[in-house]
Amino acid sequence: MEKFVKFTGTVAPLDRSNVDTDAIIPKQFLKSIRRSGFGPNLFDEWRYLDQGEPDQDCSNRPINPDFVLNDPRYRHAGILLARDNFGCGSSREHAPWALADYGFKVIIAPSFADIFFNNCFKNGILPIVLKANIIDELFSLASADEPLEILVDLQNQRLTPAGSGAIEFEIEEFRKHCLLEGLDDIGLTLQHSEQIRQFETKRRTKAPWVFLT
Amino acid sequence: MNARTLYDKLWDDHVVRTEQDGTTLLYIDRHLVHEVTSPQAFEGLRLAGRKPWRSGAVIATPDHNVPTKNRSGGISDPVARIQVETLDSNCREFGITEFGMNDVRQGVVHVVGPEQGLILPGMTVVCGDSHTSTHGAMGTLAFGIGTSEVEHVLATQCLIQKKSKSMRVRIDGTLAHGVTAKDIVLAIIGEIGTAGGTGYVIEFAGEAIQSLSMEGRMTVCNMTIEAGARAGIVAVDDKTIDYIKGRSHAPAGEQWDAAEAIWRNLHSDEGAVFDREVVLDASRIAPQVTWGTSPEMVVPVSGRVPDPGREQDATKAEGMRRALDYMGLEAGTPITDIPLDLVFIGSCTNGRIEDLRAAAEIVRGRKVAATISQALVVPGSGLVKAQAEVEGLDKIFTTAGFEWREPGCSMCLAMNADQLKPGERCASTSNRNFEGRQGKDGRTHLVSPPMAAAAAIAGHFVDIREMRGIE
Repeated sequence: MEKFVKFTGTVAPLDRSNVDTDAIIPKQFLKSIRRSGFGPNLFDEWRYLDQGEPDQDCSNRPINPDFVLNDPRYRHAGILLARDNFGCGSSREHAPWALADYGFKVIIAPSFADIFFNNCFKNGILPIVLKANIIDELFSLASADEPLEILVDLQNQRLTPAGSGAIEFEIEEFRKHCLLEGLDDIGLTLQHSEQIRQFETKRRTKAPWVFLT
Repeated sequence: MNARTLYDKLWDDHVVRTEQDGTTLLYIDRHLVHEVTSPQAFEGLRLAGRKPWRSGAVIATPDHNVPTKNRSGGISDPVARIQVETLDSNCREFGITEFGMNDVRQGVVHVVGPEQGLILPGMTVVCGDSHTSTHGAMGTLAFGIGTSEVEHVLATQCLIQKKSKSMRVRIDGTLAHGVTAKDIVLAIIGEIGTAGGTGYVIEFAGEAIQSLSMEGRMTVCNMTIEAGARAGIVAVDDKTIDYIKGRSHAPAGEQWDAAEAIWRNLHSDEGAVFDREVVLDASRIAPQVTWGTSPEMVVPVSGRVPDPGREQDATKAEGMRRALDYMGLEAGTPITDIPLDLVFIGSCTNGRIEDLRAAAEIVRGRKVAATISQALVVPGSGLVKAQAEVEGLDKIFTTAGFEWREPGCSMCLAMNADQLKPGERCASTSNRNFEGRQGKDGRTHLVSPPMAAAAAIAGHFVDIREMRGIE
């Protein structure tokens, strides 16, 4: 995984709560057996006026001018600002794949759905939880004529909107470490193979019915 | 030792190691796999030259993408076909047991697992699917994971986790006639909201939960994820034990006796403390109908479509307006006045035999309304289908004008050909009413199986509590 240390990007304000993973990447695109190429179909049903299909050339599709990512100010945004419970619903990792493929590295919201939140860290995306009043402020800054640029500094757990003071954010130490170093979880876990094996042996004795298959 | 919750017990039994900050390596007993969230995980294993840690822990079946009719001709959608074939070949390559598309044991993975006795009390269970929470009904710690974690579990048999907070939702009293497990869980989501469970594992308890069948408990746990919780659990009791005994992969003989003795301890201790407690009165729960585009947008069937003008919270009011616009509904409309175009009975929420029986009970001797363009019954598995056919339920449905299909996820998420067209309105026994969930611009109302059946007959929602005289 690519390291995440610092990131500067413009902010796209998606002013909705409960944005679900079906909206982030609709089901027809989940038929792919690849991990990449989902960016053009990110928010497909909101972004385009026609019905999207897998493997279609999206460059000539009719776009929905009212959708935030079609606003020229936000087209190249790297930071997504949203409301409560972002990423709820299905566990599909295609959602963070699509966000990352589009170019989003940071998502800021007052709260995230659990599985989506986890999935972000596996894909080099930093989800940041901030208090609702700060989110409100960021929404008003991001909706100005000039797009808002934010510098995100993971090491110091700080984000700085251009022209404003720094805002601190919380992150679990282990997740921070993995993002900063771009670590592969599986490799880390396999360092404990011996301990897993010992645990498994004990479990086999205690609950042999778990191992019938 | 301190009084422990059921969640504490399940957690403690699976801790391989814990770091200072609480980050824990948790051992996973059972791993369910389907075609949509696994191909990239298997590819990851191959690229890294890794093998599954314990292939016996893994059981696979294709469900999301499979057609529900004309299966003998294979899958006509080439992209879907490749995905299902990829599952087949990955299972062959890595030595994983798969119930393939034409195996009678195939079906929605969350129906298949319990049915086969593959889900046993005390297990940790994961699957690359959010509705893995279903299996908590068997007294397991079960939750959905993303594809990277699917690969992690395949490679290490473990997951890196932090312990959640605990919540107990107690449903006291007894349900009125015609009110089901689905109505309980929709009422809970209506009460605590779709983010109400975020950061928690919920234990469902109380008289009304104890009175539910195992199928009903699975329905409640299934939709725990719609309340945002990591997992839902129900304590083991006689019903759990009776449900599991004799199933294909359940222990037998002396091993059964040992297992049962241990499983009987899978309940929260007297005096165990929860971080949050919620209590609902079962007798006050009416049949529920969602009106909007989030499962928390739910009202009793006797209610009306709510008015965003009366919502204090501006963001919420805006969300309600958007939902009403998407759903093509006016505030104040009685729920029973909402006309429907389609009816879908099935899914991991309500595709088990008991669900089909409850729906058939309403349908028996009646006809689907002429205004309903399609009424689908999609059994949760090949074995549910076979059982229903033995009981003659298929005939009840087809005589009434329902279509009787092959098992799969079908119109719950509409990855296959079973989809709503723009503007179509569906009474659905599934779990999500998100925009576009059942097809672009399709409109979904979540209900219980008997409520869906009654809606198919009437062409609009009806309060099944008032249908008793007609039965």
